[in-house]
Amino acid sequence: MTYQEKKSIVSLISVILIFGFFCLYMYPQHPRGGLQSTETFRYWGSFVLVLTLVSIVAHIVISIIFNILFRITTREKEPAFADELDKFIELKAHRNSFFVFILGFLFAMGSLVIYQPSQAMFMILIASGFLSDVTGSITKLYHYRKGI
Amino acid sequence: MGKHLVGNHIRKLRFSNNEMTQQQLADKAGVTRQTIVALEKGNYSPSLELAFRIARAFNLPLEEVFFYGDNSKL
Repeated sequence: MTYQEKKSIVSLISVILIFGFFCLYMYPQHPRGGLQSTETFRYWGSFVLVLTLVSIVAHIVISIIFNILFRITTREKEPAFADELDKFIELKAHRNSFFVFILGFLFAMGSLVIYQPSQAMFMILIASGFLSDVTGSITKLYHYRKGI
Repeated sequence: MGKHLVGNHIRKLRFSNNEMTQQQLADKAGVTRQTIVALEKGNYSPSLELAFRIARAFNLPLEEVFFYGDNSKL
């Protein structure tokens, strides 16, 4: 298995773990008040912002640890640049990821149209963000293994 | 994913060139080893520029490294 394939798998697992643990951490903090209270909106706003920051930091840390482990276990240096195949796969991953997020965004707006509570909209938006991340990682793994 | 119509003799040529490793060829062509692996498996059709760079790494004309369709004789 090459560096890029391993990296895609690590990325996929880390996305799932970060999101899972973050949800477990945030769930007990959900405000008890009314569904439309200011506190509820504040909760969802902070959920998205903190998750974004935590994801960025965690991905950087995981990437550094992965590179160190890769060097130790394979005695190979990780590629220092992205070539045409990497860029092509990156583009396809972005396209699929974007498509999933837009679909989620439309569902989220649709939930408001059919009079669902605003927190359903936030949940769908956050879930679509997570699924789009997973889709991107799976697309990369698929194309690195099966080709373009 | 279907096999591509653009084939190549990279694997054979590497062995006939002092058993050049995939990494050595990748360094010469300016790509990652992953790309050489994908090319040898027939999972990727390179850009024209990369095809020329690989042919140059073997000091061969393009058509002796790459072929189109079933024309796989070397």
